[in-house]
Amino acid sequence: MAHTFLLEVGLEEMPAHVVTPSIKQLVKRTKDYLKDQRIEFDDIKPFSTPRRLTIQITGLADKQEDIDESVKGPAKKIAQDDDGNWSKAAIGFTKGQGATTDDITFKEVKGTEYVFVEKHIDGKPVSEVLMGMKDVITSMTFPTLMKWNVYDLEFIRPIRWMVALLDDKVLPIKILDVTAGNVSRGHRFLGQYTTIESADNYEKTLHDQFVIVDADKRKKLIKDQIEQISKDNNWVVNINPSLLEEVNNLVEWPTAFYGNFDKKYLELPADVLITSMRDNQRFFYVQDQDKNILPYFISVRNGNKDYLENVAVGNEKVLTARLEDAMFFYKEDQSNDIDFYVNKLKKVSFHDKISTMYEKMQRVEVITQVLGKHVGLSDTELSDVKRAAQIYKFDLVTGMVGEFSELQGIMGEKYALLKGENKSVATAIREHYMPISANGDLPATKVGAVLAVADKFDSILTFFAAGMIPSGSNDPYALRRQANGIVRIVNNQKWNFNLENMMNSFIKSENEHEVAPSLDQTKEFNDIVGFINDRIIKVLKDDKLRHDIIDAISETKNHNILFIFEVANVLNQHKDDDEFKKSIEALTRVLRISNKQSFNNDDLNIDESLFEKDSEKKLYEKVSTISENYYQLGANAEFDKLMSLKDVINDYFDETMVMAKDDNIKNNHLRQMTIIANMINWFADLDKLIVK
Amino acid sequence: MTKKLSMQEIILKLQQFWSSKGCMLMQAYDTEKGAGTMSPYTFLRAVGPEPWNAAYVEPSRRPADGRYGENPNRLYQHHQFQVIMKPSPENIQELYLDSLKELGINPIEHDIRFVEDNWENPSMGCAGVGWEIWLDGMEVTQFTYFQIVGGQEMNPVASEITYGLERLASYIQDVNNVFDLNWNDNVKYGDIFKEPEYEHSKYSFEESNQDMLLNMFDNFETEAKKQIANGLVHPAYDYVLKCSHTFNLLDARGAVSVTERAGYLSRIRKMARSIAKAFIKERAKRGFPLIKDDKKRKELLADYNKEEK
Repeated sequence: MAHTFLLEVGLEEMPAHVVTPSIKQLVKRTKDYLKDQRIEFDDIKPFSTPRRLTIQITGLADKQEDIDESVKGPAKKIAQDDDGNWSKAAIGFTKGQGATTDDITFKEVKGTEYVFVEKHIDGKPVSEVLMGMKDVITSMTFPTLMKWNVYDLEFIRPIRWMVALLDDKVLPIKILDVTAGNVSRGHRFLGQYTTIESADNYEKTLHDQFVIVDADKRKKLIKDQIEQISKDNNWVVNINPSLLEEVNNLVEWPTAFYGNFDKKYLELPADVLITSMRDNQRFFYVQDQDKNILPYFISVRNGNKDYLENVAVGNEKVLTARLEDAMFFYKEDQSNDIDFYVNKLKKVSFHDKISTMYEKMQRVEVITQVLGKHVGLSDTELSDVKRAAQIYKFDLVTGMVGEFSELQGIMGEKYALLKGENKSVATAIREHYMPISANGDLPATKVGAVLAVADKFDSILTFFAAGMIPSGSNDPYALRRQANGIVRIVNNQKWNFNLENMMNSFIKSENEHEVAPSLDQTKEFNDIVGFINDRIIKVLKDDKLRHDIIDAISETKNHNILFIFEVANVLNQHKDDDEFKKSIEALTRVLRISNKQSFNNDDLNIDESLFEKDSEKKLYEKVSTISENYYQLGANAEFDKLMSLKDVINDYFDETMVMAKDDNIKNNHLRQMTIIANMINWFADLDKLIVK
Repeated sequence: MTKKLSMQEIILKLQQFWSSKGCMLMQAYDTEKGAGTMSPYTFLRAVGPEPWNAAYVEPSRRPADGRYGENPNRLYQHHQFQVIMKPSPENIQELYLDSLKELGINPIEHDIRFVEDNWENPSMGCAGVGWEIWLDGMEVTQFTYFQIVGGQEMNPVASEITYGLERLASYIQDVNNVFDLNWNDNVKYGDIFKEPEYEHSKYSFEESNQDMLLNMFDNFETEAKKQIANGLVHPAYDYVLKCSHTFNLLDARGAVSVTERAGYLSRIRKMARSIAKAFIKERAKRGFPLIKDDKKRKELLADYNKEEK
């Protein structure tokens, strides 16, 4: 007969975001356990609320499958003497199998007779196996763990009751001081303790006690209720899925309702209104058909419709207090001009080992001008980014950002506009924080991009100079994220510069303007270059580039972010071309032989009079042609040039003994090889490419 | 409808309720502090194996929250009603909800929710797991199972309930402005606190002497460390509280950056940790006298002494 098993773990309120992953985890662990225990079943149905994780297993077998197996023992000639007496080996074997010599049969294996014991293990009854669910529950893992009372068990929240029913029979699973029974608890306020008569009667019994245990049904109900309210009022409500998920796991018996707030608060920026409603109060905000925010909100109560007006009024009061606070900050913040806040930044430390925030802005201003000129900003853009850099951190000391820190940059942009800054300056203030995450959006404007990169360079330069260099998982100031931002923006904007030269220009200009920190910013240059290079590699890995292509650029001597990306891209684009393999082989051959001897750059003159073969001359001429301006061409053109050498190189090797007996001729050859090798090495470590 | 409870009636009701549940009624501790948790009746008593059940009102100072007495909800100093029970009782949530009923808040008529809020006080080396409790969307209570206090892992675990008295009273008395609360039948909250709110805000934001505060912080720290070394746990702890309040004053003045914060907090944390440890040691010297079961007491003492060696 098929059985149904119900297991409810009753907890103090779990964190909303933990509920869904936890019930999934319980189902998975249960499946694995039953499989491991050889118990057949049809299905595991999950139920979850903030206070319970429940599974209902249907179609359970009576017991574990029996096991029938033949166990092979010693050969017959070892097991029995000539008289048919059992040897010690035979007796020992049967004992080990829980049998006696009477159970022995003989079977032939590959022409030899062996002792066998036929074993039959009765499967354990399902009720016995299910008692083991104790360990399934206690082995669950959670993002935060806690202990309670005097117990050592770490769990998500204290376990307060359990129901374990195999059909209508209680399985007294015990965890700490809680023994499973058949009594569950209804809704905290609307329901009572309630007896579950049988395992298949769970959902209905709890429904009678004001608990909707099916999370999907509960979510659907909330959604329908919200949609009904917005329909009745002709509103547009964007039901944010993650908010809906959270709200669903805060309630057992949902009732949606709406409230309102004074129109005057609509003066506040939309971001402030939305943050106050959604993030702080878990409200859904309401818009009209034109997407204007309306002075209403929708919330969901954990209860029924009784006294709903109390709840609405209470929630309105809380929201109003928040908005009043925001309004106060909004007005108060505007009563001062930007200079007021900029001056305040003179007292705010960026880091006590580095400088104040104000001094950081001074440095960044200088950096934006150096970088901006190099990347070709127009005069207007240069003056915009200068202005932006002079003030861009000012919103940090406004009341609003003090209260809603997630609005940093966003309020900066708004206040800057209100104070008459131009749009480009205001946008740059918001964009300088970008990207906010590893794959976050990049600044859309050039001015914003220059400010963002300048700000990040300054952080990296100064933190490295002050000896606060990230190591392992220790990166308290998120410098890796900053470096990731630099490489992504530079690549996105196609800015072409050598890292050391650029950083030297920054520092030189800081010194000229007397804004440099009292730190030696150059001493960690090598580490910074490596640090930034690591971020490039990370980005390429995230883009799933072939690892040998990444290897080819990972130790590049050419410290130019854009160039490295372009090399990786051009190699990636052409890696499957017909000629690619042969070209790389030819170039690699040059690299190998050039290693025989090194020449200084001023010692690379080729003596044409020493040429013996036509192919030498051809190679020389070809290389001379392509080497013109080679180092300024950029990755794509350089790649084409290098590839174009294939035939002349191959012809050259066919005819030329590079390591000639005559030293002059040999060195002339090697000089030619070195010239080519230098061009290759500047491009990438092509010998790391795997060409089969 | 019955008469709305005044602030002092709310306090009396809560005291009566928790006293009937076995809590000792303590008085506010006389050194400035940011929260009831920092009273030695919680911070020190939460650590170690001895049981402890106590309730008290704690005026709590948060200089950065001062609003010159002009904001209807923000205060330089607010009042917390603090309940600490160790080990955490099995029915602690139900006890809490019953206490609300005592205050005339019937859950059926409201929306009461337990919303995850894992509490942390890095400066005191404390972390806990729990909720903020929402009454119709308003956070009125912080509910925490301490997991670590002063760097010491809890065993047994204490539960802490912290009612925000002004918030709760605003709700009960249905006023929008904290200064309109009735302290008793004749005197309003604002009559008592509006002036100090203004003065403390003015002082904290504009007039405090930063150099003096910086010096004081260093001096308090030196004294705290010295007294820790002397094994004088309680005097040392008083100086840690003073460090903490001094830091809060500096912070309100905007004199501390995000990055410097970390430095100050870690200095306070180091002291808090060694004090929590020293406190257990002193209690062990006295034989953990609050453990009434003599056999258990001896066992725990033996465990402690073994671990110390």
